[in-house]
Amino acid sequence: MSAPHRFVRDVSALPTHAFGNRSLTWWGVILFMLMEGAGFALAGGAYFILKSHQGDWPPSPILPPDLLAGTLFTLVMLASEIPNTIVKKKAEAEEIAPVRLLLPIIAAIGGLLLVIRAFEFGSLNVLWTDNPYGSIVWALLVLHTTHIVTDWVDTLVLTALMFTRHGPTGKRFVDVSENSLYWRFVWLTWLPIYLLIYWVPRW
Amino acid sequence: MIARDGPELQGAELHDRLARTWSRKPGLIGWLSTVDHKEVGRRYAVTAFIFFALAGVLALIMRTQLATPESGLISADRYNQIFTMHGSTMMFLFAVPVMDAIAIYLIPLMVGARTIAFPRLHAFSYYMYLGGGLMLWIAFALNIGPDIGWFAYTPLSGPEYDPGKRADMWAQMITFTEVAALALSASIIGTIFKLRAPGMRLDRMPLFAWAMLVVSFMVIFAMPAIALASAFLISDRLVGTQFFNPAEGGDPILWQHMFWFFGHPEVYIIFLPATGFVSQITETFSGRSIFGYPFMVLALVATGLLAFGLWVHHMFATGLPRLGYAFYTAASMTVAIPSGIQIFCWIATMWSGRPRFAVPMLYVVGFIITFVIGGLSGVMVASVPLDLQMHDTYFVVAHFHYVLIGGAVFPLLGVVTYWFPKITGRMMSERLGRWGFGLLFAAFNLTFMPMHWTGLMGMPRRVYTYPAGMGWDVLNLVSTIGAFGIAVAVILFLVNVFTSYWKGEPAGPNPWGGTSLEWATTSPPPPYNFAHVPVVESRTPLWDVDGGPLPVMTGLQVDERETLMTTLIDAEPDVLEASAEPSIWPLVAAIVTAILFVGSVFTPWAIVWGSIPVAIALIAWFWPKKALEPGEEPVSA
Ligand code: HEM
Ligand SMILES: [Cu+2]
Repeated sequence: MSAPHRFVRDVSALPTHAFGNRSLTWWGVILFMLMEGAGFALAGGAYFILKSHQGDWPPSPILPPDLLAGTLFTLVMLASEIPNTIVKKKAEAEEIAPVRLLLPIIAAIGGLLLVIRAFEFGSLNVLWTDNPYGSIVWALLVLHTTHIVTDWVDTLVLTALMFTRHGPTGKRFVDVSENSLYWRFVWLTWLPIYLLIYWVPRW
Repeated sequence: MIARDGPELQGAELHDRLARTWSRKPGLIGWLSTVDHKEVGRRYAVTAFIFFALAGVLALIMRTQLATPESGLISADRYNQIFTMHGSTMMFLFAVPVMDAIAIYLIPLMVGARTIAFPRLHAFSYYMYLGGGLMLWIAFALNIGPDIGWFAYTPLSGPEYDPGKRADMWAQMITFTEVAALALSASIIGTIFKLRAPGMRLDRMPLFAWAMLVVSFMVIFAMPAIALASAFLISDRLVGTQFFNPAEGGDPILWQHMFWFFGHPEVYIIFLPATGFVSQITETFSGRSIFGYPFMVLALVATGLLAFGLWVHHMFATGLPRLGYAFYTAASMTVAIPSGIQIFCWIATMWSGRPRFAVPMLYVVGFIITFVIGGLSGVMVASVPLDLQMHDTYFVVAHFHYVLIGGAVFPLLGVVTYWFPKITGRMMSERLGRWGFGLLFAAFNLTFMPMHWTGLMGMPRRVYTYPAGMGWDVLNLVSTIGAFGIAVAVILFLVNVFTSYWKGEPAGPNPWGGTSLEWATTSPPPPYNFAHVPVVESRTPLWDVDGGPLPVMTGLQVDERETLMTTLIDAEPDVLEASAEPSIWPLVAAIVTAILFVGSVFTPWAIVWGSIPVAIALIAWFWPKKALEPGEEPVSA
């Protein structure tokens, strides 16, 4: 760059990490959530378009999914927000000890949720090949499960990372905070899907 | 002591140290590991133009077949594959990626940033895009190219009517390119939101950046529709779901809804970046800031929003409720308003400025004329009675080529001419450029103007041949001659690119007298883009200083890849964040993801087992490699 310069300010004193919308990681997570959210919304739209062609939903003699597994899943998932909120707060306060304590707990809850999810697939009372109802119900559940798996693996890796010397550093605390944010998205999107899978067929 | 740029560290020494920090390693691995947006952008653009050429050759083959009635050059089956490959390649592998390519090269420069946001992600995006394109074309070479049209309507694309793997290849190509496009949209939005030069408030941003911002959000909302649709399609074909199977109560029209929920915005995803090009060129060559800047921004945003309400106008022929007809006709006509505003503002800018009609500006003029014609035929097909008449005829083929070529390819070639000196350091030949433009404009109209009549006279699209004596012969022959004229014009353009690349006039930093920040750095720009962070005080930063010293901020680390992040709206300096180093893992991640995608065409287990290497690659990508990464400064707790 050949042109001469006029120096107006030195920015070297600015912080080197920040939480929330001041960080690029946050924006990355938000944009990812928008994409995924659009996908979920469209899948929900497809659900209703398919439903509009069907007299009965589910088409008889198929029974609606059994409630137990799905409801249990929902309750555990809602409860997981408690440690999730705490870890987010602690990460933003940059306290490593509680973060190291809570992340393994959250990861364990994620594992538990995956086990319950396996039972959910078993209680749908329909196969994806049976009819469009079965196809879309399975699609919604699979779609959501991929999110649980993604966040679970992410949490495991992050947990491991927080126990290394990379753990107690600004950048990693930002990562923990954003991981919690994503988990909120995962359980928030579950609520409408839960209604679509378990309650709309009982309407 | 951490070294930072500033009055004590500038000039040649600063250059050497920054270049060392921001360069990648030499050699093949270094080349494959690059995260430099200029390198990735160049590769993206070159690849996209290769696909353009390939799809163009297919167009010539089709036109040769159609030059005479009852021609036996290619069989019906081959013709189906060819028009599908032409349309799909042009839309998914050329038009969208090429706009993104230019954006990732230029947006960081235009907003005065050291680099792009999420640099590894955008490298990954390139490899996914390349993988999808290769898969599609290798399949075509093996005679398993898709033959279902670029919109792959069910049930024709379903398992009942299209056994074999052809439709699967199409659907997976979609998955690849959607992943690539979504990844890029995150990089572009991140760059525009957080990496703008201090003082570049949102209302001072160059209009191309505005266009890309809107387009990136459109991608985020539109692409999931087609990704989901193609996932449904592939699972109908592979694991026996019944989404689109009418025999089991599934709904083929669901496909059309999902496809066009994406497909209509897609047209604007191609067209809005082109309007951004036009704004940049018009500003520079009129020597004044764009007339009606706030209206231009509003028009962009309005188009982005309206585009999501219009998908149904592609489905008039499916028999919708009456009220739907009236509503979508009216809505379709409303989109003409923001486009009209933009055209008005460009013309007003030229009118009140001192326009210089160099080659980029000629393309702008060609664009305006062509686009108005394409818009008029568009308003015609937006009215239901006319659409029912002309649906699936050559009238529609004429219409969308006017919009796509006139609305996107003309501005694209103009902007390549405009930014070529920035990218290569050399000017393109003005004389060859004028010839190329003139020939392209004439040949384009010669090709597509007659198709309006062929269509009105009833010739359906997507037919591999037609009987003599329908009155279509002469018009078709003229179209074919025109198509070869287009080919010659494109070759002229390429000759110009190649000869100028080696022998063009040296350009200097700002050959056209532009005002946006990309012209403040050398041509081609150094790996670190700007030695100091430029500061912006108006919409026309370089015209403000008028060759005098550029205001800059200093204090970024010189031996680490540090970038300045600014606030969302006012672009106040806020945080210094470290930017990712080059890495081979995006490539590895892309390769294992590609194996998963291609494998899933053959067995659903590929998704289960393939996800393990994908997870490993992603973990390796994110796991810190140094003792302490930049930005990992310890926190005392
Ligand atoms: C360069 C000159 C071009 C020529 C001579 C040309 C010619 C053609 C022809 C002959 C068809 C087939 C019509 C039919 O049988 O129904 C076609 C279809 C199509 N073209 Fe082009 N084209 C050109 C450029 C482009 C460009 C630049 C784009 C997009 C950016 C494009 C997008 C399409 C699409 C989407 C279709 C529809 C394919 C389908 O029916 O599935 N074309 N074009
Ligand atoms: Cu449309």
